[in-house]
Amino acid sequence: MHGHSTFEPKNGFVKWLEARLPILSFSHESFVAYPTPKNLNYWWTFGAILSFMLVAQIITGVVLAMHYTPESTMAFDSVEKIMRDVNWGWMLRYAHSNGASMFFFAVYIHMFRGIYYGSYKAPREVLWILGVIIFLLMMATGFMGYVLPWGQMSFWGATVITNLFSAIPFVGDQITVWLWGGYSVGNPTLNRFFSLHYLLPFVIAAVVGLHVWALHVVGQNNPDGVDIKDVKKDSVPFTPHATMKDSLGIAVFLLLYAWFIFFVPNYLGDADNYIPANPMKTPPHIVPEWYFLPFYAILRSIPNKLAGVVAMFAAIALLAFLPWLDTSKVRSGKYRPLFKIFFWIFAATAIGLGYLGAMPPEGGYVLAARLLSVSYFAFFLVILPVLGLVEKTKPVPATIADAVLAKH
Amino acid sequence: MAFMKKFGLAAAAVIGLVALSTPSLRAAEGAEEPQPTRQNWTFAGVFGTFDKAQLKRGFQVYKEVCSSCHALHIPMRTLAQPGGPGFTEDEVKALAATYTVHDGPNMQGEMFDRPGRPADYFPAPFANPEAAAAALGAAPPDMSLLGKSIKYERGFPKFLWDPLPLPGAVYQEVGPDLIYAILNGYTHDDDPNWNLYFPGHKIAMPKPLTDGQVQYKDGAPATVQQYAKDVSAFLFWASEPNMEYRKLIGRRVLVFLLVFAVLLYFTKKRIWADVAH
Repeated sequence: MHGHSTFEPKNGFVKWLEARLPILSFSHESFVAYPTPKNLNYWWTFGAILSFMLVAQIITGVVLAMHYTPESTMAFDSVEKIMRDVNWGWMLRYAHSNGASMFFFAVYIHMFRGIYYGSYKAPREVLWILGVIIFLLMMATGFMGYVLPWGQMSFWGATVITNLFSAIPFVGDQITVWLWGGYSVGNPTLNRFFSLHYLLPFVIAAVVGLHVWALHVVGQNNPDGVDIKDVKKDSVPFTPHATMKDSLGIAVFLLLYAWFIFFVPNYLGDADNYIPANPMKTPPHIVPEWYFLPFYAILRSIPNKLAGVVAMFAAIALLAFLPWLDTSKVRSGKYRPLFKIFFWIFAATAIGLGYLGAMPPEGGYVLAARLLSVSYFAFFLVILPVLGLVEKTKPVPATIADAVLAKH
Repeated sequence: MAFMKKFGLAAAAVIGLVALSTPSLRAAEGAEEPQPTRQNWTFAGVFGTFDKAQLKRGFQVYKEVCSSCHALHIPMRTLAQPGGPGFTEDEVKALAATYTVHDGPNMQGEMFDRPGRPADYFPAPFANPEAAAAALGAAPPDMSLLGKSIKYERGFPKFLWDPLPLPGAVYQEVGPDLIYAILNGYTHDDDPNWNLYFPGHKIAMPKPLTDGQVQYKDGAPATVQQYAKDVSAFLFWASEPNMEYRKLIGRRVLVFLLVFAVLLYFTKKRIWADVAH
């Protein structure tokens, strides 16, 4: 995408650098002159919010790692030491643990926004798939991070999730032992989870780089789902317009984040994780962190272990196929009256599954989780492919400028 | 449209079914414990601070009653830390000296006993959980995090507003409420291990407190209710000794962010003023 103005080095040093490494003109094109559709709403600030959260998690995480001990007899106490004795340790740790939740909260909004406005459709398939990869990496990182405090839920959560791999036919048990580094979750498991928990955020950062690159090649989608045709009429320069709007979005998001850190820091965590890991004592209910609950509900709603695991991973993998499952020619949900309704049913399904994932797997909960799992998969495999063929869409404006005019 | 309506109805039916079956399912289990009553704590809410006198009394209950079975794995110096019970450093020094701490090895390679120092952790009543279990039948949990390691289910829909900044919400005191309820929940006189609030009603710890057991110096009533309240507050402080400071910083952060967000809002508005969007 070509910008509003071009970068012209004036200063001698900038000229010198420009001839050797054109990083300043690249940054200028990407974050200053980059044309941003002028009809973006606040749901589009979540990209910036997520970038902020990634950096916040890396900074707090690196400092926490300076005080944390990844050893099974010392990990729990080292976290308590951080909470009680390290200067600002309580804040770093609460910022990091609640930061994970905020990160997922923001990514779910970002994903639902992408689905609602058809952001995965051509030519943004690769951009979307990179997003799904980031989501998967986030899940792995979040899961391993939750194991590190080595509380009861850390240990038993790790046991349940790593045991899923034993469902793989023939080699499942060997793979599980290989993952554990022993015959059960133990010190080697904790140690490697720490190593990977430190590594993966940087992998995420790299894929985010690709995600932003892909975004800047194809340009941002927007609420009306029509591409920029005339840079002057349809777009505004990224800086100051989007920069300032994103900053406002981040500041408001920070209010929520700070509320959790300082006033309800333990609301999203499980109380059991303040009990040191005890391999001899299973907690009555093993519940993962809230951001895994919809997938956990799908896993548990299928009585066969292997089928449950496959369904759970399929629930995530299907996201990557959205560009081809959705057959509609119209990109934005704004002009798709039927899709809109199914979108909200899908959102309610995901929230419902999240609630059921936290409930004990008994009685009415199981039945409800099964029905909602069917509803979840039906959205991808039945509704989206069929809807594109039968739905009568509303007229789509020719340009972003027209869409804006129609609004005023 | 007919299909969509059917789907919507089906979704509503599923949600209704779950909502209806939930309480009946719960009732069928029979052995459910009642929810503890939410207590008034000085440390609750955005402006919550600990009541120093209450923490001191709670510490006395811990020292005279709980500590004979329960460990409290926190450094004694914590007692003199700001935002805590407000003991002076000299008081903590004197208190620490009353404990004997096993230390070593010394230059001769021998382990030795010495009087405690404020930097020492409160010595545990048993050498290890196995010794505690052998003596008492079950190992009593360490109490340093008890204030936030136990909980009761708030249930739908209460859990939705517990974290919200609304009057009567901002509920983080689930732990002390449950401790208080359990300490007052020994309602079967013939069975000292029966507890109204403990999950499953069978608790390994027999009724630990009786009226008049601890002599307070500040004139607070010497009742089980008062002991329970004070020790619950003390345990919550022990699990979150930095809470007062955390909330103070939190209030400043929120005010800053609020002002900052308002400024950003007007800046953004100005920048976008001449752009139809």
